[in-house]
Formats: sequence, C-alpha cells, structure tokens
Amino acid sequence: MKYLDEFRDSAKARILVTEIEALVATMDVPHGRPLHIMEVCGGHTHSIFRFGIEGMLPKQIELVHGPGCPVCVLPMGRVDDGVNIAERPEVIFATFGDAMRVPGSRKSLIQAKADGADVRMVYSPLDALAIARKNPAREVVFFGLGFETTMPSTALTILQAESEQVANFSVFCNHITIVPTIKAILDSPDLELDGFLGPGHVSMVIGTAPYEFIANFYRKPMVVAGFEPLDILQSIWMVLKQIKEGRTDVENQYARVVPDKGNAAALSAVSRVYELRQFFEWRGLGSIDHSGVKLRDEYKQFDAERKFSIPNIKIADPKSCQCGEVLKGMIKPWQCKVFGSACTPEMPLGALMVSSEGACAAYYQYGGIKQHVAAE
Amino acid sequence: MNIVPLIRSRPRGKVHVRTVTLSHGGGGKAMKDLIDDVFVDAFDNAALAPLEDQARFDLAEFAAYGDRLAFTTDSFVVDPLFFPGGDIGKLAICGTINDLAVGGAKPLYLSCAAIVEEGMTIDMLRQIAGSMARTAKTAGVEIVTGDTKVVQRGACDKLFLTTTGIGVIREGLVLGADLARPGDVVLVNGFLGDHGAAILCARGDMALETPIESDCAPLHSLIESVLAAAPGIRFLRDPTRGGVATVLNEIAEASQVAIEIDEAATPLREEVKAFCEILGLDPLYLANEGKIVVIVPPEQAPAALAAMRAHPLGALAAVIGRVHVGEPGRVIMSTVFGGRRIVDMLVGEQLPRIC
Repeated sequence: MKYLDEFRDSAKARILVTEIEALVATMDVPHGRPLHIMEVCGGHTHSIFRFGIEGMLPKQIELVHGPGCPVCVLPMGRVDDGVNIAERPEVIFATFGDAMRVPGSRKSLIQAKADGADVRMVYSPLDALAIARKNPAREVVFFGLGFETTMPSTALTILQAESEQVANFSVFCNHITIVPTIKAILDSPDLELDGFLGPGHVSMVIGTAPYEFIANFYRKPMVVAGFEPLDILQSIWMVLKQIKEGRTDVENQYARVVPDKGNAAALSAVSRVYELRQFFEWRGLGSIDHSGVKLRDEYKQFDAERKFSIPNIKIADPKSCQCGEVLKGMIKPWQCKVFGSACTPEMPLGALMVSSEGACAAYYQYGGIKQHVAAE
Repeated sequence: MNIVPLIRSRPRGKVHVRTVTLSHGGGGKAMKDLIDDVFVDAFDNAALAPLEDQARFDLAEFAAYGDRLAFTTDSFVVDPLFFPGGDIGKLAICGTINDLAVGGAKPLYLSCAAIVEEGMTIDMLRQIAGSMARTAKTAGVEIVTGDTKVVQRGACDKLFLTTTGIGVIREGLVLGADLARPGDVVLVNGFLGDHGAAILCARGDMALETPIESDCAPLHSLIESVLAAAPGIRFLRDPTRGGVATVLNEIAEASQVAIEIDEAATPLREEVKAFCEILGLDPLYLANEGKIVVIVPPEQAPAALAAMRAHPLGALAAVIGRVHVGEPGRVIMSTVFGGRRIVDMLVGEQLPRIC
C-alpha cells in the first residue's frame, strides 16, 4: 500500500532502534527506574502492539499506554443512558462498532440489540443522518463518541440536519476533550512520566498550541506523533533527544498531517455547535472538569439528552479496578489485581480492558512480548 | 454411482406463481410443485428423483474408496445471498465438501435442507438451486436428499441452507490437529481474507467499493493432489470463520506447541490489506471459503508447496510459518516492521474501530 508501506520499512526501523539505543546509552537515566513515555492516544497503543514495537525498544524505555481510547473511558452510567434511549420502541440507535461491547451496569448495546432494541452499526454520523431521512416515522439517535478527532464530523452532521430540517435526528453527545485529561494526569501527585507522544489525529484538528502548557508549566517533553510504526519510533527518539538535551518543547513529528494551527474549518464547526460541560465522568479517572462537551442551546432540538430527558445515571467504577494507576504509569496492566481474572475482554471490569485500543485489552490479546516471550 | 435404484416414473410439478408463500410449506401440492420445479429439476439425479424420505446407498461402493466414513453438517445464513464471487448456494456446497476434504475424505453425497422466508421470489430460489447444482456437478458430488420449509416473514432472513455430507477416508490416512511437531512447516494456498472482506463490502454498510471477490471454491481436488505429493501431512483445515489466526491457535493448543508466522510471507491481496487498514480489522481473522492451512513435516514441505502451486487453486501458495517448541498453545507473528506480537483467539466478532 503506497503511503503506508514506506512507514513500515523494517530496515529503517532497525536504524532508528540503533539510534535510540545509542542515545539511551549516553543518558543518565534518572529515578533509578526506566524512562516512562506515555502515548496518549489509543491509536498509538494499537500500532505499538500490532507491530510489536515495545519488544524492539531497549529496556531503559517503558511505554505507558494513556487514556486516549474514547470507547474505553466511557463511564458505565453513560452506557446505561445510551441503552435506555436505544430501548425506546421509536428509536433507531446508531453507533460506531467498537462502542457496542462497552459494558453498562445492566447490559451493553450488543446485548440490548439481542433483546430487541434497534441498534445499528454505522461508520460515520452522516450514515445515521441518512437512516433518519429514510425512516421519518422513527427517532434516530447517533451515539456521539470520541475526542476532537470525531467531534467535527458530528458537529457538521448536526449543521447538515439543521439545514435540511431533519426533525427525527439527534445526537447522544459523549464527546470529550483530551487536554484537561492530560492536565489531570500531570496534576496527580504519584505521577511517574518523563515525556509524551501527543495524539496525531486530535492535533490535526486542534493544532499543537494547546499542548504548550505541558512543556512550559509541567516541564515535560511532548512530540505529536503519527500512527505508523516508523512515526512512533521517530517520535520516541525525539522525546529522548529532548530529555538528553534538557529541553521541554512541543514538537511535531506528524507535520505531514498536523498543521501547527490545526484545522480552522473543523474548529469553527466545533465551537459553533458545542460548549464545554462543567465536568464529565471518565471510567477509571473519575470526574474531570471541563473535559466533555454538550450541544449549545441553539441546537437543543438535536440533543438526545434533552429530547428524551435521560436520567443521567452515575455509577462508580468497581473498587478492585486499578485503571487509574495503570494510566498514570504506576503499575503495568498485568500487575493489576484483577487483570485476566475478574477483568477480561469478555467481561471487562475496567476501562482499559474494553476496546482493543485499551492498554489492558491490548496486553491480553496481543500480549506484552517482553513479559510473555522473555521466557523463551 | 451405485445408488440403489428406486426409479419410478412420476410427473414433475411446476410452480406458476412469482413468490414463495406459506402454502409452499403446507405439505400439499404447492409444496411438491416447488420442490420438483426448483430443487429436483436443478439437482437432477437418480437417487433424488423418486423423492423417498431417504437416499439409499450400496455399502460396497463406500468400501471401494476406503475404510472409514466422514460425516459432516453445516448451516449457511450468509447476508447478502448473492455476493461477488458466489452466492449462498455455491457456499453451501463448497463449505460441506471442504469440511469433508480437510479430513482427507473423498466427498460423495450431500443433503440439502432449505428454510425459506415467505415472500422470496421463485426466480431467486431457482438461481440459488442452479448454483448449487453447478457447483456439485463440477465437484463430482451429488445432492441426494433434502427438505424444504417455508416460514413466516421475519422468522428467518430470506433463505437458510443446511448441507450435510458423506465421504470416505482411504485406509491408513491419519490427520489431526494434535499431530503438529516442532520443525513442521505451515502452508496456505493463496490470498487470505478475501471471503470475509467481500461479504463485509457486499453488505454495503460502509459505502466502500472494492473489486474483492469471495474465494469460495471446493478444495477436495487440491487436497487430493497435496496429500499425494506429501503423504506425511499432519493436519489440514479450512480457515473459515475466525480465519487463519483461529485455526493456528487451535493447532498450537491441541498439539501443545508454539507456532510462529511471518507477516511478510502471508499472502494478502492489496485490496484486502487496504480494506482492513481503513476499518481497523485484522485480515488474519477474516473468513476464507477457498483456503487451506496445511501442517507438513519439513522434509515434505517443498513437495507439498510444489503440488499446491501446480493446482489452479494454489498458484499463490506460500510457507507462512513454522512450528516451534516454545510456549505451548502460543501463536506469534514476526511483524513486517521487525517486531513480534502474539496472535490470540478473538473474543467475539471483530468490530471496526472508531478512529
């Protein structure tokens, strides 16, 4: 595949790994522990496991798999609210595929579908709008999920629905925003992180400026990274280089896709349609101020929360779940008390076991090669 | 074939309406007309024609081919009924032939049970029966008994087919998932994931247009020539639902060995790679309907590979991996990028990723 295979070249990978090894060898690794670099985005976690990148890195570097899987961090109460909407007889509930398995306290959407709810898998919010046009007698609700990556497409779909006056379409908005969450992780007293790989797709929309506080205030290096394996290795090298040189900057490795200023058209649609919520609940991390968005009053006719006056259920994370500690780099997924026992991809307890982008599910499925294969 | 003759001359019925209704399942003349006009007419053979409640065989015929019977059944509920590269009828014949053939059996006779949703057009049913008949004829097997039920709208999705097959295994041939040994070689006969990708595209949900066709094909002749070239073959399996990844995990588990595959050596069509890339799917878990995974001892691997490549259904055959001592039950992939990762069983169905 052109434009992909070039970024998966194993000869170039070997060169980069040698460079990384050489760089690490000259560094005084502080704290008497490996350097912890967090990839914020679930897309990176997926690539790291899929291409076996962890096993290629020297042992002085450990990757910490961050909170950037929007499906994983969706709290149980919001899933329950979604299931409640989906179970109304007049509703067609349209959702991205991987949200269907996220467990609620009663059931997941896939179970609700088996019990008779009309739940349909779509690939874009525009598909949901098309279903609404075709079924004027039904209420079509789109399960709006994701960070700034998917936020603009939901916003543009709402604007489209408004201009076409599609009255039977609405969005159950669970869009979240990444910056307050990185800040919450950085504010945590037991933090053990030395640098960040920034989320490439989110940055394509918001640009690189919103991360300046990480470098300036928290004094941590941040490199906005692409998703192909060479992108990831190069970005790790760039983070190490900053640590080595005592710099803390926001650098952009993914310049072929991410403009420093972001995408003005997408940002304008986002600010037209949404406003920040006071706070939003994250599975594994708890409530984080200003970390979610909701529809502005001007678009309330497209807001499923208001249309169906949903109960807004709040359900605490299970006590035994240690997702928060995994997310902050304090423990590895397999060190969690319930990893692989009470918490598996079939019956996930915590956020990180839910989708294939979650760190625990990725370890469970693809296996941490260092951990599992070391024995060979 | 030595089928016990039950030939009686009997006038065949004709259907004169456009769609199937519940009256075609009522057991009366309408049902007989439907069976005659659609199925008996297409399948046309001496065993089926008298429409007894069972087909009857001469045991001596089976004994001439070998010393054990192979017996299998499979249901087909594919949506859509017609897809690039095949249809539910072709799939139902190939699927059961392949389930017999991977056991080393020579497929001989099939049954066909059809559950039809009322409202289905007779024409469409005829097309599917015709496709079954052509596939069976090309493969040299006969459909010798069957059953038809019609259910109310909504009670099934257009058409469900169940085919059951009987074949004979020749004396001395032993194949098993528990027979893989360290050093053995893993072969496949061509591009992986075509069927799964073709069906997902044909559903039209994701508005992707691709030229990908299902690989649906009967594999018994390929298997016969590979077994002749490499009689020491340990195990054969057609990687249908769950794909190659699932089959390899089953072998690793049953034989208590590790299997390591090489991503770069895995034959994948560019279109399937791109399709998986866009949707976040892994082609190793996509279904195949015309592929076999072969486990063969290293000394016979070149002969097996050559025999596969000499067959029209194996031109792109390749060695994709090896069996190791390693951690028992583990399947590992060396990635194109130079890393290694574990290839585990899927938990449920593969679902496209959000971003």
